[in-house]
Amino acid sequence: MEKIKGKIHVVKENDVNTDLIYAGKYTYEILTPEEMGKKTLEDFEKDYYKKIGENDFIVSGTNFGCGSSREQAVTCFKGLKAGGIIAKSFSRLYFRNAVNKALLVIEQKDFVDHIYSVGNADGLEIEVDAENGIILCGGKEFSFAPLTGQAKEIFDAGGLAEYTKRKLAAM
Amino acid sequence: MGKTLIQKIIEKNSGKKDVKVGEIVFVKPSVVLSHDNSADISKTFEKMGPKRVFDPSKIFIALDHEVPPPDSKKALNHSMIREFVKKYGIVNFFDCGEGICHQVLPEKGLVEPSTVVFGSDSHTTTHGAFGAAGIPVGRTETASLWALGETWLKVPESFKIIINGDAPKNVFPKDVILHIIGLIGADGATYISVEFTGDYVNKMSMGGRMTFCNLSAEMGAKDAIIPVDDVTKAFLKGRLKKDYEPLYADNDAEYAKVIEIDASKLTPQIAKPHKVDNVSPVSEVKGKKIDLFFLGTCTNGRTEDLEIAAKILKGKKIKAGSRLLVYPASKEVLLECLDKGIIKTLVEAGGEINTPACGPCLGAYGGVIAPNERALSTANRNFKGRMGCSENTEVYLASPATVALSALYGEITEYQGE
Repeated sequence: MEKIKGKIHVVKENDVNTDLIYAGKYTYEILTPEEMGKKTLEDFEKDYYKKIGENDFIVSGTNFGCGSSREQAVTCFKGLKAGGIIAKSFSRLYFRNAVNKALLVIEQKDFVDHIYSVGNADGLEIEVDAENGIILCGGKEFSFAPLTGQAKEIFDAGGLAEYTKRKLAAM
Repeated sequence: MGKTLIQKIIEKNSGKKDVKVGEIVFVKPSVVLSHDNSADISKTFEKMGPKRVFDPSKIFIALDHEVPPPDSKKALNHSMIREFVKKYGIVNFFDCGEGICHQVLPEKGLVEPSTVVFGSDSHTTTHGAFGAAGIPVGRTETASLWALGETWLKVPESFKIIINGDAPKNVFPKDVILHIIGLIGADGATYISVEFTGDYVNKMSMGGRMTFCNLSAEMGAKDAIIPVDDVTKAFLKGRLKKDYEPLYADNDAEYAKVIEIDASKLTPQIAKPHKVDNVSPVSEVKGKKIDLFFLGTCTNGRTEDLEIAAKILKGKKIKAGSRLLVYPASKEVLLECLDKGIIKTLVEAGGEINTPACGPCLGAYGGVIAPNERALSTANRNFKGRMGCSENTEVYLASPATVALSALYGEITEYQGE
């Protein structure tokens, strides 16, 4: 996997829940990932999605993605072609959904603390090497544990839908 | 070293011996639950290219999140699900009006102790009340489960939460579990399997146990279990049509944390905006004006919940200018409440009775709030915007007794008992 270069957008809160990321009123409308992208973090800040460019990363605090099982809270970032999410920690269900949709989610508390300590870090460029677990940011290097085992297999297949398709085809 | 309950359940359903904490294993569920999101799941499922579902008798779908559908998009969602059900011969499909998935699944005898229930809803943890492992997954994973009939799990660590003592008369299971969530925090039990034990738990009704396991999702738990006892057996009798083997944790099982709670020391609790772990005694926020009162949901929409509300509201009227929404959790609950005169009491007090379903809990229809409004609800989430509007709104969560009593005054009021 190639290294991903993108800007960061800081959501300096803990417990950013899936209602905030993707409002409940849209969850039973069947939308394309691109359409979902336009709802991203709408209740956090109107038109927030406009800030998020291709390969950009969201940086946030602990328990990111807590709450509902809604997968659109992951898919909306895929729709924006975001690089991924870097947080101090994730809710179990969000992390699992992210692996299943092949959205890169990185748990790296020191990196988030570093970003928080920089006055206004929005728009800062970073480089992420997901294969080797490295975040490069202004000459500083932060390492994280890359996915392994079953989770890596699913992620590398491009997500669980593709993984299952291959598994069924091989049966 | 002994084994925890979740270790034993995973062992039994993975066909492996001696599974260790942290080990990755493949598990076969006894049932896979979903709801209105089944329309989207069915599209993903068909893209995976399967010829059939793994077992049409093990897929459970109940329509509850948008019932009755408020617009044609949601109605279309439902018709797609009905077509899927017909095409693949899904046995356990419950259409609009049957109730909330987490209420209907056990009522229809479809929760089997010591098995794994996967569900595409974060409150699938509810089924731990019956000694099962209720584990939430997402939509894609549900589609994959429909196709393959198994998925992977990491064997989690466990917390043991022991609750002893008799709670004061004005303290209900909702108050106790809100207190616990406040103590542990919204992410305090992330990846953890929670076991509840103690005198208080043993004496709790099935409804209270469901409230406990349901709300455990709000501290990040992977699942939450209450071991099978006579209360469980009495509920399952006549519903579950097969023999089951209850499993219990070993006495020397290892827990990541053991937490002890004395229920006799508690007072009514409330979760304040905008996080479920923002818990305080009701007395600290009394007098706060409320616009919408909401009785219902998978957390507290059962007969015993509506019964205590009716007791408090009998012969009285809710405060003029406020609204009281009532959503019984299922058709069975609604019928029982009709028989007991509970519905009549609630209607006479000024309550609006709705089709058994989720209602405005998730903010998609059926009584959402307006800008600048405040709600007091028996539901499970109070996130910003959760009840359909984020513009200067607030949602508070409390027991049915607190909600009913507060409705009389139009403001948050502490229930003192009878």
